[in-house]
Amino acid sequence: MEGFRFLDFPVPDERGRFGPYGGRYVPETLIPALEELAAAFEEARRDPEFLATYRAYLRDYAGRPTPLYYAERLTEELGGAKVYLKREDLAHTGAHKINNTLGQALLARRMGKKRVIAETGAGQHGVSVATVAAMFGLEAVIYMGEEDVRRQALNVFRMELLGAKVVPVASGTRTLKDATNEAIRDWVTNVRTTFYILGSVVGPHPYPRMVRDFQSVIGQEIRAQLLEKEGREVPDAVIACVGGGSNAIGAFAPFAYAEPRPRLIGVEAAGEGLKTGRHAASIAAGKRGVLHGSYMYLLQDEDGQIAPAHSVSAGLDYPGVGPEHSYLADEGLAEYAAVTDEEALSGFRLLAKTEGIIPALESAHAVAYAAKVVPAMPRDAVVVINVSGRGDKDVAEVKRILEERA
Amino acid sequence: MNAVVEAFQRAQAEGRRAVIPYLTAGFPSPEAFLTHAERLAEEADLFEVGLPFSDPLGDGPVIQRASERALLQGVRTREVLRLVEALAGRTRAPLLLMTYLNPVLAYGLERFFQDFAAAGVRGVILPDLPPDEGPEVAEAAKAAGLATVFLLAPTSTDRRIATVLRHTTGFVYTVSVTGVTGARDRLPEELGTLIARIKAKTTLPVAVGFGISGRATASQAARAGADGVVVGSALIRALEEGQDPLSVLRAVREGARL
Ligand SMILES: Cc1ncc(COP(=O)(O)O)c(C=O)c1O
Repeated sequence: MEGFRFLDFPVPDERGRFGPYGGRYVPETLIPALEELAAAFEEARRDPEFLATYRAYLRDYAGRPTPLYYAERLTEELGGAKVYLKREDLAHTGAHKINNTLGQALLARRMGKKRVIAETGAGQHGVSVATVAAMFGLEAVIYMGEEDVRRQALNVFRMELLGAKVVPVASGTRTLKDATNEAIRDWVTNVRTTFYILGSVVGPHPYPRMVRDFQSVIGQEIRAQLLEKEGREVPDAVIACVGGGSNAIGAFAPFAYAEPRPRLIGVEAAGEGLKTGRHAASIAAGKRGVLHGSYMYLLQDEDGQIAPAHSVSAGLDYPGVGPEHSYLADEGLAEYAAVTDEEALSGFRLLAKTEGIIPALESAHAVAYAAKVVPAMPRDAVVVINVSGRGDKDVAEVKRILEERA
Repeated sequence: MNAVVEAFQRAQAEGRRAVIPYLTAGFPSPEAFLTHAERLAEEADLFEVGLPFSDPLGDGPVIQRASERALLQGVRTREVLRLVEALAGRTRAPLLLMTYLNPVLAYGLERFFQDFAAAGVRGVILPDLPPDEGPEVAEAAKAAGLATVFLLAPTSTDRRIATVLRHTTGFVYTVSVTGVTGARDRLPEELGTLIARIKAKTTLPVAVGFGISGRATASQAARAGADGVVVGSALIRALEEGQDPLSVLRAVREGARL
């Protein structure tokens, strides 16, 4: 396999627009920094040396390519299409997040920034940032909602062990959305010295594009690996969970704008059910608006105040969805579904029992939706589930939930 | 828009810089807001009202707390319209509305500006909208007869200054520091250079905000060439601490006289 390349996608335009979505809705203080970042990224993605360095770290540090694994017992169990798992759970730090943090940390180094900041929800992105910061010798400050600090104490310790400073955020809902506000406030204040490593395909331009480009290694590998195993580059469907949308866009992008196009299925968190209002399904149940610098589908009330998100999985617990997903949904290039906490927990157990793989609760949403659609698909069809992360971090929480019910 | 420019001209004719207090609508409560706003506006040239937003990423802890508290009391767009209308009836100072873009979009762009103009607002400030990101927003505000005030910052390049000025009417809001709103003890030395760079490109008045906390900072802004000063967090903090925000405003006025 020749390895990762920076592909040219038709969106966004040079103003960071995916159709009407995206843009740069941030305080003026940050505009020059975003222009500088966009220019630096543009330069880096054309620089063969940057590409070679990024590829080397993906291979030797992150452990890529991650396997594309034929899930034989799951396939039998579901009795429909042939199911492959893209094993992002086997990447270093246990999730796809490292693809992005390695890329951005390399860019920070190239731009001469010695301090990096990030937001984190469950702590997966925070751990990933702390990891690359340790490896590159950068100072790292991670913002995390007080509520998440309490729920994810082990990840807080991990980040600290890696040398990062974790700052609890006490404003608003005390979760990921507020941690993101606080990271942006830090950046506004320290913009001259600091690089903001954003964790998903959200935020002001160029973040949705840059994070997509780095994460597109997932879809590029799927194409090459499927060709090897099935003699075809394009499966019939790719299924991935959607929080901000980075693992999904990484898996989708290399397929979304070319023919033939597989079904691309993004799975949002329906939480306790879309009708209860306690969910995180921005496309299924949100309205368009602006949050964290980008125009996208959002959970909000009728006055445009952002509504709190809910999901059993902290990584999907975000009230917005990236501008490119908003665009793909409107254009019908991808389809979006939502599964409940309950269904995700079943997906979690299903993959553990049939394949000996404990997925992250986020990824369990993709597994759960696959379990709904795969049985109805023909046996010669091929489906790829993106297993965005491993579930070790969730085992204690799932134990608690199951015991509570018993 | 003329009312806004005139307020600056009147202050200048009296040998002063314009003084612009800010309060978050509905803080500490809707009625207490009205009482304090009226007293402050009495001694101000213009008055800025904040429509609270759940995610005020341009604001420091003081205004964040005020916004949260107002929202908890159910203060939303319609209630702010009511408060603005009541305040407009009680003061001669032109009112400016500060809020984030999403509540504006949710209400409907044209209708939002028309309704606030009808309630007595004269100008609008949207800290998360660089004007070239949404030219239609400034157009809708202008169509409703509102001044469109945008922010410039210490990081603004000459090219950004030119772009932002193209969409600006009323006055230019200059952020004194790289950072969020909040009272500070002193302002950066480079403020004078920034104001000079802006004034080289416009005849509009330039007001300085973020960090004005009392006499010293107001005087520093005045000496740096500001035509006006905005004070917000220091007033809200006074209210939080049970002190009279009017004494903070008077100190700012004194500093801005120089
Ligand atoms: C394993 C895993 N999957 C998915 C997500 C959701 O993010 P995104 O939608 O950007 O992939 C997270 C976020 O923390 C995660 O840790």
